[in-house]
Amino acid sequence: MSTNNRKLSYSLAINEALKQLMEIDDSVFVLGQGVKSPWYVGNTCKDLIKLYGEERVIDTPISENAMTGAAVGAALAGMKPVIMHPRGDFALYAFDPIINQAANWHYMNGGSSSVPVVIWLVVNRGGEQGAQHSQALHSLFAHIPGLKVIAPSNAYDVKGMLISAINDPNPVVFIDDRWLYNNECNVPTEMYEIPIGMALVKQEGKDVTVVSSSYLMLETIKAAEELEKIGISSELIDLRTIKPLDKDIIINSVKKTGRLVIVDGSWKTNSISSEISAIVNEEAFGSLKSPVVRINLPNCPAPAARTLEAEYYITKDKIFSEIKNIFKH
Amino acid sequence: MIIQSNIGSFGYIKKDNTCKTDIIDAYQFVNIIEDVFLRSHIKFYEMMKIKRNKDLLLKLHKTMLRIRLAEESLVEPIQQGIVKTPAHLYTGEEAIAAGVCANLTKKDYIFGNHRSHGHYLAKGGSLKKMIAEIFCKETGCSKGRGGSMHLIDPENGVLGIVPIVAGTISLALGASLASKIRKDNRVTVSFFGDGATGEGVLYEAMNFAALRKLPIIFACENNLYSTHLPIKEIRVNPNISETAIPFGIKSYQIDGNDVLITSNTAKEAVDYCRNGEGPVFIEFLTYRLRGHVGPDDNIQGTHTDIRPKEEIEFWQSKDPTHQIEKYLLEEKISSIEELELVYNQLNSEIAEAIKFAKESNFPNPKEVLKYVYK
Repeated sequence: MSTNNRKLSYSLAINEALKQLMEIDDSVFVLGQGVKSPWYVGNTCKDLIKLYGEERVIDTPISENAMTGAAVGAALAGMKPVIMHPRGDFALYAFDPIINQAANWHYMNGGSSSVPVVIWLVVNRGGEQGAQHSQALHSLFAHIPGLKVIAPSNAYDVKGMLISAINDPNPVVFIDDRWLYNNECNVPTEMYEIPIGMALVKQEGKDVTVVSSSYLMLETIKAAEELEKIGISSELIDLRTIKPLDKDIIINSVKKTGRLVIVDGSWKTNSISSEISAIVNEEAFGSLKSPVVRINLPNCPAPAARTLEAEYYITKDKIFSEIKNIFKH
Repeated sequence: MIIQSNIGSFGYIKKDNTCKTDIIDAYQFVNIIEDVFLRSHIKFYEMMKIKRNKDLLLKLHKTMLRIRLAEESLVEPIQQGIVKTPAHLYTGEEAIAAGVCANLTKKDYIFGNHRSHGHYLAKGGSLKKMIAEIFCKETGCSKGRGGSMHLIDPENGVLGIVPIVAGTISLALGASLASKIRKDNRVTVSFFGDGATGEGVLYEAMNFAALRKLPIIFACENNLYSTHLPIKEIRVNPNISETAIPFGIKSYQIDGNDVLITSNTAKEAVDYCRNGEGPVFIEFLTYRLRGHVGPDDNIQGTHTDIRPKEEIEFWQSKDPTHQIEKYLLEEKISSIEELELVYNQLNSEIAEAIKFAKESNFPNPKEVLKYVYK
């Protein structure tokens, strides 16, 4: 892999993954609301129409159900579609094609065909947008057999994982977060894949395992830096894939540190954090020195007012204080 | 005996013969239906200038009868509890699947719904694999994971059959979009019922198909009942084909029980799509001769349906398999002996498929997790 030090933003890493795959594979195409509009999609779809035309880069009517179904149907007909929902909330119109159809397809048809589709949901929260422009639904999709769910936290991962997702023969729900779009890191210029289903130990540590993902990984890294200063050594795990969950990497880490904190941007009840906590209780109970701590959104819809938003969203300070509290006892 | 020539002169529904005034209210929009049939038939007779294609006629007959006999062969195993999967029989609607699929190539795509045994067979799906699937056996087309309502045969263009009402309309839309992008000249047919017109995705799909001129046929099999509910209780305007007009889609409303008409109309529609003039909407007026699900024999007040006896009798007189037999005989295309030979051959083939299904194994319980992912 290239070791060049080119910095690239998260959104342009998405753009590069799409361009490079569309260049070599005619079956890849993109459809969704606003692929022509930076207001909708930032620069993730920059130049795609110019390079590949409106046949393969389709700005659609506001018809989430039919357009997502069309992506699924095109996949059944041998294409590799990427259906983009610039506000993930609107994809709830498309539960039928995503869950009834795509997720079940390979199983209910006895393996006769599969659905190589990427369903891309952009989380577009904050800015007093309120309940219907803010929902992070990764835990909800992770409940469904047959779906894969990815939520990369940085530009390097998102390029490699999006390429894997598009090439995956199964339906992949790709959830990104606009708060990550300007975040930069080193990204190789050539194509590469990061396998779906593999988490990453982002930082080794000995006192506590902290599992995080997507945008919250950035906040978690900052919190860990602060914790280090007061003598708490955190082992950071970036989930990268929400489903199928890389449980071994978590269990192995908990066996080493004896403590687990899960930082998860979904509501607390029945979230991926519940699942991770349950798995650790089932498979590493004897290693736990203290109860598992879950840092989630409160169980209420996303509020609009800035005062409420500040209370609602998870910050590095909140992560810091919750972890610090574990060591008080 | 297969020949039951109890209908009037070919093609025409004579109001004074078949529609007695005292039962008119019991009929579903009977005046409209008769008008449609009349118009369909007049148009057809104009089209009769086309050369009569004996091979096609025999093929249509055979396809329809094969579907009918396959469906009816399931009645006994269902009643015995051997077949438990909900089987929505296509009996009475055979002229649509046969007429449409006769105009498709193997490479063309179809998508179906809960009542799609007929579509699967007409498009070339394996009878043995279908029956085995209905018996939920490992040898079925979906390896016993799907049952009656999840049939598939990608090699023959049967890309998907699922029971979520209107669920495959958007999938068909996507397959036709794939064809448009690849310029592969395929046509996709989406089969759905009148009940699906209550789902918003149909209108989203029609709009997008028209916008992109996609090679898709929206084939609405209007059997006048949305499960148990008569069409007049689900929509104000009974004329479903008109709903395509505001989208700028060419639309037809035709007699779905006459295979000569369904076939001719489908040919026109397929040609439009191949010429890049798609999409096309066809409303086929038809009727299921059994209940919504299972072998319900329409005895009033039982099982899944409460349908007027007179209405059922009216439609029995329009049985599509009888109509084609009568036509073949009257036009001296086939003799009774020839028709009986076909009947016997098909019955043997079906008996063999039933035997195969019965003797096949159920899926291994240890493989319950198999096929979640590819």
